[in-house]
Amino acid sequence: MSDSLRIRLLSISLIVGFFLLWEVLCIVLNVSDLVLPRPSEIIVTMWTRFPVLWPHILQTLYSTLIGFGLGVTIGVTLGVIVGTSKVAYAVAYPLLVGFSSIPKVAVVPIFVLWFGSGTTPAILTAMVICVFPIVVNIATGLATTEPELEDVLKTLGASKTEILWNVGLPRAMPYFFASLKVAITLSFVGAVLSETVASNKGIGFVMMTASSNFQVSLVFSGLILLALMGVALYALFSLLESRVTGWATRGNDIAIT
Amino acid sequence: MTSSIPDPVAPPAAPASVHTRPAIELQDASVVFGAGDKAVTALSPTQLKMASGEFLALVGPSGCGKSTILKLVSNLIQPSSGLVLVGGKEAGAKQLRIGMAFQNPTMLPWLTIEQNIMMPLKIVEPFKRTYRRDKKGAFRDRVHALLKQVGLNGFADHYPWQLSGGMLQRSNLCRALIHEPDLLLLDEPFGALDQFTREELWQIMQDLYLDRKPTVLLVTHDLREAGFLAGRICVMSARPGRVISDAPVDLPQPRDIATIYSPEFVEMTQGLRELIAQVRST
Repeated sequence: MSDSLRIRLLSISLIVGFFLLWEVLCIVLNVSDLVLPRPSEIIVTMWTRFPVLWPHILQTLYSTLIGFGLGVTIGVTLGVIVGTSKVAYAVAYPLLVGFSSIPKVAVVPIFVLWFGSGTTPAILTAMVICVFPIVVNIATGLATTEPELEDVLKTLGASKTEILWNVGLPRAMPYFFASLKVAITLSFVGAVLSETVASNKGIGFVMMTASSNFQVSLVFSGLILLALMGVALYALFSLLESRVTGWATRGNDIAIT
Repeated sequence: MTSSIPDPVAPPAAPASVHTRPAIELQDASVVFGAGDKAVTALSPTQLKMASGEFLALVGPSGCGKSTILKLVSNLIQPSSGLVLVGGKEAGAKQLRIGMAFQNPTMLPWLTIEQNIMMPLKIVEPFKRTYRRDKKGAFRDRVHALLKQVGLNGFADHYPWQLSGGMLQRSNLCRALIHEPDLLLLDEPFGALDQFTREELWQIMQDLYLDRKPTVLLVTHDLREAGFLAGRICVMSARPGRVISDAPVDLPQPRDIATIYSPEFVEMTQGLRELIAQVRST
């Protein structure tokens, strides 16, 4: 327990140290706040402009989470289809890889063309960007299930659905959660990306506007808010993961022999 | 009465026919993996009959198709030719309730021992129907009683990785027995254990068998295990396998573990050993 406490303390002091170093270097090297504002300035800006920033924070969170939710739904469905059938796996994989290798910036103009600027393209970009890691992970988790585990249920005369529910999906859970942590951060990237290109709401939009008005500390406020939201959601899914898939990350407990 | 051909329309003549009908019957069943030049015969056309309540051990050199027979009976694979009848119907027809224990305990790592053992009750009729209602009550009591019987009292809430190999194998037996199967298929379930644990589990297995009297098909390469537990031993030849010897074990049950050191027992296993040595060298 003291070990994990020490690591946590070190981790916190690293973060604090990073911002302190930033502050000190800015003062010592006399950096203009039009190039790189000091952390203290950024915090003050964040505090004073918070009433203005708040709706944009909600907007970005909203787009990200809706897009993420849709992405998870589609990703899990596709992953189950692709992972349970060898044929589907072989047939669909090239197309999936093709989709995933498209730079997601490139799809934003298409969404804007179809749906106009605003919330919809942000949601769709957040969705598109997070689908692929989920599909791949669910499919891998299902495809690598030990046949012996499935045999246990097969000998009992279980149906394919029963095997999927009782063996395949629980077995794929660690893979699923690993992909969720990647996917939630990617969703943020997608939503903010779309907001910077085509929206009049959201943190991405705030940062674009602020930068064209040379409100540099506001730009950095946006950056830090994004980082905070990303960390918060990542932590949320980590917590959920340790609850659901504790069996896969055991190790501290000593086996009884 | 001269005609002995049964009328397919008429109801069974006597309920006793259920007991005289073989629990398992292989009629020229063979298994070939692959096709053409790469075809590998895992099992030559084989005849085998098992009566209800019988404990049969299949022994033979490795790769002789012992496990193939188990997989046929449990419908994990289908015969390339011939018929596999379980309870009078083709394997997979769920005519008999089947319990199976593999060499590897294959406990699901995300479930506790109790949840693992309960799995058959969740899948197999008629338990399936009342699973939601009984899993906290009657079914749990049943699991705990069985755990107690195999000496795993108090381990219900442990996870598989917290248990030793011998304990996992005990849980494995529990899972194979929890739904009171008519037919128990054992694929070298004691193979990977040390001598003492193995002998202890033989005794537990014998008690469980005499208690419930299911039909048991045990695949093993341990001749003493076969002799101690089984009522009948079939020896299989090397690949491609077929049954070359079929003999009852003339020792009264329940047997004591000391039996395996008695002259009759040693003589019997010695005979089997020579038989297997012969089929291996040819």
